[in-house]
Amino acid sequence: MKPAAFDYHRPTDVAAALALLDLHGADGKVLAGGQSLVAAMNFRLARPGVLIDVNRLAELDYLRVEGGHLRIGALTRHAAFHRPVVEGPLGRLLSRVVDHVAHYPIRQRGTFAGSLAHADPASEWCLAATVLDAEIVVRNLRGERLIPAAAFFKGTFTTALEPDELIIEIRLPLLDAGWQGGFSEFSRRAGDFALAMALAALKVEGGIIRAAKLGIGGVADRAIRLSGIEAALVGREATESSFRAAGAEASHALEPGADIHASSGYRRDLIAAMVTRALAEAAA
Amino acid sequence: MSWTGRALPRLEDPTLLRGRGRYVADLAPGAAHVRFVRSPVARGRILGIEAPEGVRVYTAADLADVGQIRPVLERPDYVAVSQPVLAVDRVCFAGQAVAFVVADDAAAAEDLAERVFLDIEPEDPVVDLDAALRPGAIQTHPEAPGNVLVEGRMRTPGLDAAFAEAAAVIALDLRSRRQSAMPMETRGGVARYDTRDGRTTLHASVQMPHMLRTGLADLLGCPEAELRVIAPDVGGGFGQKMSLFPEYAALVWLARHVKRDVAWIEDRRENFLASAHSRDQAFTVRGAFDATGHLLGLEANLRSNVGAFSCYPVTCGVEPLMAFAELPGPYKVPEYGARSRGVTTNTCTMAPYRGVARPMLTLTMERLMESAARRLGLDPVEIRRRNLIDRFPHRSPTGLVHDEGSYIAAMEAAVAAVDVPAFRLRQAEARAKGRHLGLGLSVFSERTGYGTPAYAARGMAIVPGYEQVECSLDPSGHVELRIGASPHGQGLGTALAQLVADELGVEPGQVQVVSGDTDRTPYGWGTFASRSMVIAGGASRLASAKVAAKLRGVAARMMGATEAEIALEDGFARVRGTNRATPIREVARAAHHRSHLFADLEGGLRQSAFYDPFGTFSNACHVAQVEVDVETGGVRVERFLVVEDAGRLINPMIVDGQIHGGVAQGIANALYEEVVYDPDGNLLTASLADYLPPTIHEIPPIEILHMETISDATLTGAKGVGEGGTIGAPAAVVNAIVDALSPFGIEINEIPATPERIRAAIRSARDSRT
Repeated sequence: MKPAAFDYHRPTDVAAALALLDLHGADGKVLAGGQSLVAAMNFRLARPGVLIDVNRLAELDYLRVEGGHLRIGALTRHAAFHRPVVEGPLGRLLSRVVDHVAHYPIRQRGTFAGSLAHADPASEWCLAATVLDAEIVVRNLRGERLIPAAAFFKGTFTTALEPDELIIEIRLPLLDAGWQGGFSEFSRRAGDFALAMALAALKVEGGIIRAAKLGIGGVADRAIRLSGIEAALVGREATESSFRAAGAEASHALEPGADIHASSGYRRDLIAAMVTRALAEAAA
Repeated sequence: MSWTGRALPRLEDPTLLRGRGRYVADLAPGAAHVRFVRSPVARGRILGIEAPEGVRVYTAADLADVGQIRPVLERPDYVAVSQPVLAVDRVCFAGQAVAFVVADDAAAAEDLAERVFLDIEPEDPVVDLDAALRPGAIQTHPEAPGNVLVEGRMRTPGLDAAFAEAAAVIALDLRSRRQSAMPMETRGGVARYDTRDGRTTLHASVQMPHMLRTGLADLLGCPEAELRVIAPDVGGGFGQKMSLFPEYAALVWLARHVKRDVAWIEDRRENFLASAHSRDQAFTVRGAFDATGHLLGLEANLRSNVGAFSCYPVTCGVEPLMAFAELPGPYKVPEYGARSRGVTTNTCTMAPYRGVARPMLTLTMERLMESAARRLGLDPVEIRRRNLIDRFPHRSPTGLVHDEGSYIAAMEAAVAAVDVPAFRLRQAEARAKGRHLGLGLSVFSERTGYGTPAYAARGMAIVPGYEQVECSLDPSGHVELRIGASPHGQGLGTALAQLVADELGVEPGQVQVVSGDTDRTPYGWGTFASRSMVIAGGASRLASAKVAAKLRGVAARMMGATEAEIALEDGFARVRGTNRATPIREVARAAHHRSHLFADLEGGLRQSAFYDPFGTFSNACHVAQVEVDVETGGVRVERFLVVEDAGRLINPMIVDGQIHGGVAQGIANALYEEVVYDPDGNLLTASLADYLPPTIHEIPPIEILHMETISDATLTGAKGVGEGGTIGAPAAVVNAIVDALSPFGIEINEIPATPERIRAAIRSARDSRT
């Protein structure tokens, strides 16, 4: 459990980092918090020839609200979200979610952008990005592009990111005061990967759901946006029975994956429970 | 005031808690690193081992002069198997060491090992316990037809009659999945060859340094004097570090062969693959009860998966034979019939793990009591009251003798402390809101501090059990206590220092306990089987009492009194009833430097003692309170209470620590930890991402109440307490889950009771109703 040999660079500005990525291409790997990458390297499941450490890119260490978005600089650590980073439902929801991202020490090191780039199917931030319509700003030497979350995640540990591209920031649309978020996760122990989780946001007026965002994670090769169930929820009463119906529907929406911790059938049970609970929380 | 009985902060802690401990890996710098190349398959024929160009790869052929590990039980139902240090011709489990390479550092050694190609022709393995027992099953070893390596059988004459007259017969089929003891520090060794005297010193993270030296000398065919084994600070063992492992033999052979320092520091993946596993057990039992809930007879078919080989020195008999001998536990079992088999498979070898067979046999007996109570309409506490042993000494149907304990009283105290009626009220209120709370209890006995007779009865060719201690007083009045036992982090040094301080009238801080070094300590057995406090403690008391006698003799001469008039206390030798006193350091100095004045006094200031007790039983009652989420199957342990009777408490804080850690491992056994192999014998839980020890989030605060039954079975009045937490917790947690889910009428027959298993039980209960 010692990593294979690798070269190491620690640039101090984005331009230098991009030049290194350009030079090394697929052999280069960005090191941010390293909480997944370094473990994978120790198991020799990952063998990058070159590590490009972005921890000195101070220009990417920011969180700000601009143009109706929360802009999350690529060096923002998970721990930054322990307290709401923005007023309103979005900040509250993110701080609710972050408690489930691994353990406290890991949250001090790991980054929001790193989670997205790693694209673990059980990543809370990947689910949040998918459900909350995130846009990912990526850059290489030739320029910058904006990738919507729906197009960013391609599968387990696979994204639309090109080998020479670096995530610069993530943009999350703000949620106005009419929205309320809800999140529910089931894992074997505190901090473990989710066996199933659901994230929801609802706009409820007069007891009727006027708008809905809903997705599940930890059950397939990437987070799943449940658009059909979102549409079906609109116009329904914000009641336990609506949420249970949505949970039941979600549990049949796909064939969940199986591993030693949860069979596909058991994951269906969890999906129903998690979706129901996340929606109930979003309407509470 | 005596030091014994005080919750003295541990003398070890200033070193350990400030990171100043010295573990094996701290000794590795400067040594060459060994990396083992391990079998990627569970079973197969070795066709070839291809070394990368220019790389020296050591294989079984290099070790042709080294013997094979062959543990022996002297019983007709035992089949001895031999384990080569490096695999010869065939591999028997995934992870078995086949070859090794050496490099300047661990990463480079791993680089080299990756390039070694093992050409192994895979064969179908036998992995599952019950599959291995089926007729026609693949044989793990040709010398063990039917895959049974050891079998215990007995049947009392009245068993059939007991079942014939029973008002209720309860049948249970229970399964414990495999676990790893998973010490925080993995195995590891640093072997140093000394060109000056030709001796090799092995520093290793082990629990039995003397036994390891014997085993290594036998394998290498050299006198023990050519070897020295040192256990430095050890970061937990829990039984996993008792055995003679092939890796240590390879390491010492290499150091002697290349005459340089060599190190092997096991990584976590290797630890999961190739150290030792435990608890892969299936117990099928039937209990015959009369109409008033008295157990009339017990019949059991017990199977333990002991893996590919037999562990040295305790052998693969450790789980099956303990299950066989101790199943009745704290209950009166008038008639008993049992068959217990140790079954070999192509999986990692079983070795003792804290509790050994008792977590499972306690689960079995406690489920039996609960099920019988339900069938007969009895209160679960009442049925235990009627069946628990209450006259001492009690002789079990297998011949075990229980010394005095507080089985019923401990249970009554626990039940009172948790306030069962108040809980039932809360439980009903919660159920009305769709929440499922449950309360479960577990009563058990813990056989501890047993000496050679117990091991001899098992038929062990190597009979452990006694301990030796050497106690000496230096001219400054400080004490050195050299013990054959070998602590692995449990604070034994502090507790022994407390005992000795009381004998000699010094402070515990003036007692230096020397352990874990075959050059500096008398031959002894180490730490396991909840024995250290009882046996090393007894020997320490005996040795220090002899030194105290000499000290009193010298002091009496110095002060013109008789020996009987001298009391040793608070750093002084005092003449009782007078104000005459001499500091102990002055008495010690006089005894050493003016010895011509005391030449006629018998004894000396360096004394040794030997202690080999028969053994003693601790007892306890555990109560778990849980909440089960019926939609997910998730279980949260809300409260855990222990009423423990470990006899006299030498250091109550250390005893509590033993209970805390043990209960955490018991909760792990009940809910979380499981070693999983696929049908081909590949280990699926080879990292801490998949093998799930609970964290502080999963373990509730543990409340502890003590009772102190002082038995004359031990010299100090102390009983062992190393394993009780682990033994009792699974049954308490499982009973609590079953209680929580009583509206569904389900049984939990398998541990760990994972969320998926609980959810499946709830589903099948619902399906069978509709």
